[in-house]
Amino acid sequence: MSLIEVTGLNHRYGERAILENINLSVDRGEVFALIGPTGAGKTTLLRIIDLLEIPGAGEIYFDGKCIPRSGKQRLEIRRRMSFIHQKPQVFNLNVYDNVACGLIWRGEEKNNIAGKVDHILEMVGLKGYENRTARTLSGGEAQRVALARSLVLEPEVLLLDEPTANLDPVSTANIEQLISYVARQRNTTMIMATHDMSQGQQLADRIGVLLDGRLVQTGNATDIFRSPQNEEVAHFVGMENIIEGVIITNNEGIATVNIGGNAIQAVSNYPAGREVYACIRPEDITLALSSTQSSARNSFQAKVTQATSLGPLSRVEINCGFRLVALVTKISAEELNLQVGREVYATFKATGVHIMEKES
Amino acid sequence: MTEIWHGLTKAIELIISLDPYVMEIAGRSLSISGTACLLASLICLPLGSLMHFRQFRGKRALINIIQTLFSVPTVLIGLFVFVLFSRAGPLGELGIIFTPTAMVIGQMILITPLLLGLTISALSGVSKEIVDTATSLGASGLQTVLLVLREARYAVLVAVIMGFGRAISEVGCALMVGGNFKDVTRVLTTAIYLETGQGELELAIALGIILLFLALIINIILNRLQQR
Repeated sequence: MSLIEVTGLNHRYGERAILENINLSVDRGEVFALIGPTGAGKTTLLRIIDLLEIPGAGEIYFDGKCIPRSGKQRLEIRRRMSFIHQKPQVFNLNVYDNVACGLIWRGEEKNNIAGKVDHILEMVGLKGYENRTARTLSGGEAQRVALARSLVLEPEVLLLDEPTANLDPVSTANIEQLISYVARQRNTTMIMATHDMSQGQQLADRIGVLLDGRLVQTGNATDIFRSPQNEEVAHFVGMENIIEGVIITNNEGIATVNIGGNAIQAVSNYPAGREVYACIRPEDITLALSSTQSSARNSFQAKVTQATSLGPLSRVEINCGFRLVALVTKISAEELNLQVGREVYATFKATGVHIMEKES
Repeated sequence: MTEIWHGLTKAIELIISLDPYVMEIAGRSLSISGTACLLASLICLPLGSLMHFRQFRGKRALINIIQTLFSVPTVLIGLFVFVLFSRAGPLGELGIIFTPTAMVIGQMILITPLLLGLTISALSGVSKEIVDTATSLGASGLQTVLLVLREARYAVLVAVIMGFGRAISEVGCALMVGGNFKDVTRVLTTAIYLETGQGELELAIALGIILLFLALIINIILNRLQQR
């Protein structure tokens, strides 16, 4: 049964609609990632779920019960959750008092508090910091205090708003490890907002794409990244190749798509005549100097129009009658000598092409 | 000029020898203004918190009025308290006019706007994010207010000390409702007024130095706190 359910949620600030008709349900023990660009409404949605804000319209159910819009029950429910804000706000107290405050507010017995705080500080790697003034900590340390302060409460639901934005890669990795440890060990339900898609992919059981206040698509990582529902989602999840075309024939699930005079083959159930987008992830395209024999159904002769180094990978733009972007390892880029003007063969499988219907 | 010099040396003598008259007056000043400040704080801290956290119509206007009253003339408060507690006044039956109690009440009224205004501005200095963080960590309304007061503790303490400074240095109200009676309602400022009038300049200067010394201590504490 779902632990948190949001139905028909609408919210606006003045004239501006922030959230539109959000319907979402998260099961107990599930890790749900909300991905979307900055300003999509992720924070507002989390704030409404944490009962910090009252939505303009819509209902929130917690553990099957509809939450009233005012009254004491909101505090009781809120105490079963904990929210880690994007910018960690530590109180101007020492680290121990920061971590202990939620327990004190819940009327926890004094004898228990010391043990719990001690344990959690050990877990986040801040043992020995008890008497440090929290304001003097670095960003990564402050985020760990914020995490400890929430985790010590052993909440049923943990809400995380961009928990690693503004952190360096090492601190980010630490926080991510902690989050996945808690999710596994304590079976804590989590809703996490992030604009970092790999983070969502890595940590979440299920992902929701929030664009412009609308929950456009929910599903597991494969669904979202391989089969985006529309052009917006495709763009956001890094489908660099989104090409317009028309289906010419469909032969038992293998469609031939006309793309500006070139025919590509893709797995799709849309019938002939349908206007579609063909999406190909850049890492699914292989480049070679000769047309190799392979099971891949699509092979095109092409010319390199641009090559950019991205550290261990190279991003190569090619023209094969239509524009494609491919990602290859740096080593193969060097071996193939992929410079502008170089002739190559681009190959990709029919299963590597995701067909979306063009929205009218 | 020699008079002033003479006064200064005499003053230091009086202070070093812990002259009973001087010490008694200084002690009374401290206890009356201290009591007034304590009582005003007990009222203004909760009231200021309430005003800060509650949204109501005319809040902005009310804060403006409070800030205007920071500089209310002490004699005006003296007049008001005098009319209230004089024998023929509405609260005359209490018989507290010309007693330290009346002085405490007068000074309380005098510093209430200052304490209220500065408490509100101290609390405004605590970010909304801190309030949200406390709320989402499960703090009730009252627990949130207490945390915010604690976050703003240095600024709140500055407010209290400013209030105390205004109370101990005022003369108009103390004179009008206290009456400057020896051994009962004579405080540092009213004593300076009296001794100067009677030509006892040395004594007046000694009392003045003590008052300044108290102001200095207050300032040192303030500076320390503001550096945190």
